[in-house]
Amino acid sequence: MTAPEMNAPEMNAPEMNGPHPAMPTYLGMPPFPVAAAAAVADSQLRRNLAHATHTIREKRAGAVAELTDWQALRAAAKAIKDHTLAHLDTYLLRLEDSVTKAGGHVHWAQDAAEANAIVASLVRAAGADQVVKVKSMVTQEIGLNEALAAEGIAALETDLAELIVQLGHDRPSHILVPAIHKNRAEIREIFRREMPDAPAGLTDDPAALAAAARAHLRQAFLSAQVGISGANFAIADTGSLVVVESEGNGRMCVTLPRTLISVVGIEKILPSWRDLEVFLALLPRSSTAERMNPYTSTWTGITPGDGPQDFHLVLLDNGRTSALADHTGRQALRCIRCSACLNVCPVYERTGGHAYGSPYPGPIGAIISPLLRGVTSPVDASLPFASTLCGACYDVCPVAINIPEALVYLRSVPAPSAAS
Amino acid sequence: MRIGLFVTCLTDTLFPGTGQAVVAVLERLGHQVEFPAAQTCCGQMHFNTGYRREATPMARGFTAAFGGYEAVVTPSASCASMVREYFPALAAEAEDPGLARAVAEIGPRTWELSVFLADVLGVSDVGAYFPHRVTYHPSCHSLRMLRVGDAPFRLLRAVRGLDLVDLPDAESCCGFGGTFSVKNADVSAAICADKVAAVRQTGAEVLCAADNSCLMHIGGALTRQRSGVATMHLAEILARTDGDPAAAPR
Repeated sequence: MTAPEMNAPEMNAPEMNGPHPAMPTYLGMPPFPVAAAAAVADSQLRRNLAHATHTIREKRAGAVAELTDWQALRAAAKAIKDHTLAHLDTYLLRLEDSVTKAGGHVHWAQDAAEANAIVASLVRAAGADQVVKVKSMVTQEIGLNEALAAEGIAALETDLAELIVQLGHDRPSHILVPAIHKNRAEIREIFRREMPDAPAGLTDDPAALAAAARAHLRQAFLSAQVGISGANFAIADTGSLVVVESEGNGRMCVTLPRTLISVVGIEKILPSWRDLEVFLALLPRSSTAERMNPYTSTWTGITPGDGPQDFHLVLLDNGRTSALADHTGRQALRCIRCSACLNVCPVYERTGGHAYGSPYPGPIGAIISPLLRGVTSPVDASLPFASTLCGACYDVCPVAINIPEALVYLRSVPAPSAAS
Repeated sequence: MRIGLFVTCLTDTLFPGTGQAVVAVLERLGHQVEFPAAQTCCGQMHFNTGYRREATPMARGFTAAFGGYEAVVTPSASCASMVREYFPALAAEAEDPGLARAVAEIGPRTWELSVFLADVLGVSDVGAYFPHRVTYHPSCHSLRMLRVGDAPFRLLRAVRGLDLVDLPDAESCCGFGGTFSVKNADVSAAICADKVAAVRQTGAEVLCAADNSCLMHIGGALTRQRSGVATMHLAEILARTDGDPAAAPR
């Protein structure tokens, strides 16, 4: 995605209070109402978020209205995900078997620390001290970049908006458009300050900014020994992974390096290719309001002489099995990270993403973050209350997650340090 | 038809005129309306704030107060949603089969006013006269939980003298959200600011809705702005006739 014209919210810098098992980057965030009060006072942020969310909201509605069978697709997606989650033990083992037969290696990680340690050791084994990354929510969730940096490994984000966030020493504020809070003038300043090969006289013209990023990334793609990705879907029957993207940087990362490491949440699994069809109809229309996204990359293990010759799949739990055990919360594991709920949310529209204290902002973040992390911090205790319960999120959700129902339920879960 | 008026706690305490208006409209249409004095809050406030167990006695009390009526009518889409959508969950969590049976029986007979008039009774013209420019805010729970559709609009269009104008971005939340407005007052007010701007853009004299909760929230801002825009529940507009002096907004 290119970054829309956005300005940064003047957020209070959160205090860091020490290690956290799940999402280390966001520890010590203040409760939602405190962070949100600062955000709603930011006039530039308010105006830009209103513009961006209304624009994509209307485009999505148009793209969805083109399909006469949208509700049937939505019901099918819900059914497929629910079936898969109910039989996750079976499908995970099938996926492991398929990936292994296709020449890949499967690793199991219980939490962020285990996943980060596995990835770091694989990178070191490949003899690399730099990796190129595909945009991935799960590696944001586990704080992989910070963990690799602590091991002396530099992780380069190659999605344009993630690159902007990374160069700006910032945090993503939207699932799909992580730099939604930055405007192009600020992006130019970040590039001039942080990108040594930024051309002299760089303007804030979007094409010029994109060209500068492209030139900056090209050498890294060509020289990288290791690529790291997440996956939108993992097909159990064949062991295939699927990444859906807009820029083509993901295609570079999963084809050029010799070693490819994919970190994937255990809920990303689909039984078969037939199931994928449903989701490839739902996801682009819900997220970017496109009939089809520009690049859909799929790979299955390794292919001798073509693409990565060393493929590792790291399957991550990190709170997912405890979410699965929750009778109301488990529906959040259907989420395909489209961000449609963010774009229609009256709260997100006024606060932006940083106030949610998690890589997962907006309505879905308000249920996923407490479910994955447990309600142990002031911000997680406050998140289920960060909603008017207007129901717009449920209406647009392509996998029919009843977010208001889950929010109301989570509000009833006793919180030891509830700040609400 | 023998109808029980479920007035709701918020309307009873803050907007009693709405309850009287519901009775006036239903009696004008020839129905007998009773007000069971034992009724209380439906428990939505508790339920939505995380006190599910504490909401259960409210559900039990509701079934006791309203059992036996052919229809239960309420001037709140939000509270009707609570009864219809969430009482069954409360009964299940309480593992109370008697309560489960009672809410399954009474839920489908509990109607938000506009749905009851327009869809159950099949009436559009209730004999109202209200010569003012009005815009309508479709509350979130009427839109996305009860799915009342265009029932309120059919009723308003049939009011003689009424000039109904479109509200921009009408289906967006007003920011009230019950205790959200207290726990997240800054965001709640920020959302409300945009709703108020949309209302004022219409040039309407009166903002109408099927929920006094939203009207309380939006009206709080309209009043403090000295906007000159009044808020009126749908029932109060439908209750006005050309016999009323000037049929003035309240």
